[in-house]
Amino acid sequence: MSQSLSLSPRAAPLPLDELEAPPLSLRTLTWRRFRRHKMALGGIVVLVLLFVYAFGGSLFYSEAYANFTETGVRLQAPSAVHPFGTDTIGRDIFARTIFGGQISLIIGLTAVVLETIVGILIGAAAGYYGGRLDSLLMRFTEAVFTIPQIFLLLVMAKYFSGRVPNITLYNRTYSGSVVVIIVIIGLTSWPYLARIVRAEFLSIKENEFILAARATGASSSQIIFGHILPNSVAPIVVSATLGVANAILSEAYISFLGLGVQPPTATWGNMLEGAYNYIATAPWLWVFPGTLIVLTVLSTNFVGDGLRDALDPRSRTI
Amino acid sequence: MIRYITRRILQAIPLLFIISVVFFVLLRNMGDPLATMGGRSMTRASDRERLARQLGLDKPILLQYVYWLIGNDWAKVDLDGDGVAESSGTRQGVLRGDFGTSLVNRGVPVVQVIWDRLPNTLILMVPSEILIILLSLIVGVYSALRQYSLLDNAVTTLSFVGYSMPIFFIALLSMYIFAVNFKRWGLPYLPTVGMFDPQVGKTFSQVALHMVLPVFSLSFISLAGYSRYIRGTMLEVLSQDYIRTAKAKGLPRRDIVLVHALKNASLPIVTVVGLDLPTLLAGAIVTERIFAWPGMGRLFLDHLSRGDAPVVMGILMMVSFAVVAFQLITDVTYAWLDPRIRYE
Repeated sequence: MSQSLSLSPRAAPLPLDELEAPPLSLRTLTWRRFRRHKMALGGIVVLVLLFVYAFGGSLFYSEAYANFTETGVRLQAPSAVHPFGTDTIGRDIFARTIFGGQISLIIGLTAVVLETIVGILIGAAAGYYGGRLDSLLMRFTEAVFTIPQIFLLLVMAKYFSGRVPNITLYNRTYSGSVVVIIVIIGLTSWPYLARIVRAEFLSIKENEFILAARATGASSSQIIFGHILPNSVAPIVVSATLGVANAILSEAYISFLGLGVQPPTATWGNMLEGAYNYIATAPWLWVFPGTLIVLTVLSTNFVGDGLRDALDPRSRTI
Repeated sequence: MIRYITRRILQAIPLLFIISVVFFVLLRNMGDPLATMGGRSMTRASDRERLARQLGLDKPILLQYVYWLIGNDWAKVDLDGDGVAESSGTRQGVLRGDFGTSLVNRGVPVVQVIWDRLPNTLILMVPSEILIILLSLIVGVYSALRQYSLLDNAVTTLSFVGYSMPIFFIALLSMYIFAVNFKRWGLPYLPTVGMFDPQVGKTFSQVALHMVLPVFSLSFISLAGYSRYIRGTMLEVLSQDYIRTAKAKGLPRRDIVLVHALKNASLPIVTVVGLDLPTLLAGAIVTERIFAWPGMGRLFLDHLSRGDAPVVMGILMMVSFAVVAFQLITDVTYAWLDPRIRYE
């Protein structure tokens, strides 16, 4: 038994009852359990397809075409030339859903990155240090959490409206409101994650290996980022995945209400703005962007659900 | 329990203060309400100064917040521009119930502006909430009793899909199916705009008819979410030992399900429902916009886009207060319903 540790595997064959498979890493374990959920796998496939649609589609259409208004062909039903029809000022909806998809997906992912960073920092500080800092941060978190997110979003969108200039990146011009939306969605969704992170930190902090780390002289940030955080990855991952769905929905809501991303930059949300005025005559205005939003959010929810089941620490079976 | 409630109320007060400060600062850059006050033409510079003085917009922000909170009838205001403050202010401040006057509807007190529209939103929200609770209980229980049957699978899938839909998609879809297409196919169709038909007048049946689609849109998402949740808790409860005892005792099925299982399974829904008020309010904003329902959500949007800070602050503070109050009520109700919980 203790001998086999120092011998190379070839030197002496291990007795049968000592053979064991190498311990599975968290990633492998999670993936194996994730595979069992057919819906979650389907969700991943749909998400990949949507990404290919949004980012690969830009190889076929240029953005200028998506923003090209030709009022002579406004409000045309889906046809061979315009597969999804045209909108109220003659822009091709198919091309707009492609570029709108890029913006919507980028907003969703970036907002979640921002939200995760802020949530982890605040939750870790509150959970690790405790005491006064904890109470203060939790009061603040509760204040942000109490207000319904959409009110905060609307007020902050109005605050920043017209103040952020357009950005030019990689030869494409983005309306400044894209950054505004990313920042405000990130800044209003972190309380949920901060609370989860704080709870994890409070429970992991009591373990002995933390005491050992502190005894060997690890600094606070080393303990936080090197020891406690890697052990609390599971609920963070689940929360981040579900946060993507929430971010895409939030962006759709405020763009729909007119305070989100400003035209001509297309997003799935602002393509729906004003579509209810044409509901009887031009249903293609809202069907296509709306269905794409539903598909994205649905598959993200499936993936998040599957991840939650796969990362559940209480069930140890594969 | 009384001490717990008192402590919660005392905790809620600084919370509301923080929220009011945050919003007050955010609402500074709301656009220029003075720009539209000149009617069709731009306000003259001298008029703009005078209006700024009268409305108190020329003071530093901290002073403006203090005036908003405690009023300025204890301070002097300089109304005629000579640099000397002589007349006393007229506002009593939020703490005494005066939210100021609206900048868009000139001179109308904010409380009245909100009060005119609040009942309309409540007409939408209260039936939605009742519908959500009742239907989700029915669907959730039925789904749990017939687990893995066709109905259960259909309900679960539909719930998942419904839960992922944005509310405007459901609203547009229901509008399209029940109003536009029904009309095309000659079936009796539901109206989609406003609260009542102006030619018929504001009768009960008119309002009820116009209410169907908005209430449906508002409740669908929460219904989908909660029926899944109830199904989950119901399944958990049904596998408990005391249910097995009840079955062994020979109680009729109905009693087991309705009396023993349901009471325990529906306890978590009290917390969820109580805390779902913000979602309903948010949904109300979008739904009222789509269906042109004259409620508080539309009021908020209209006045926000026109830079009317007093009304927007009034609505926001009211909403925050309602959320905090509902959280407290939910916790107390939960403790009252569940004898295992005791707050000290």
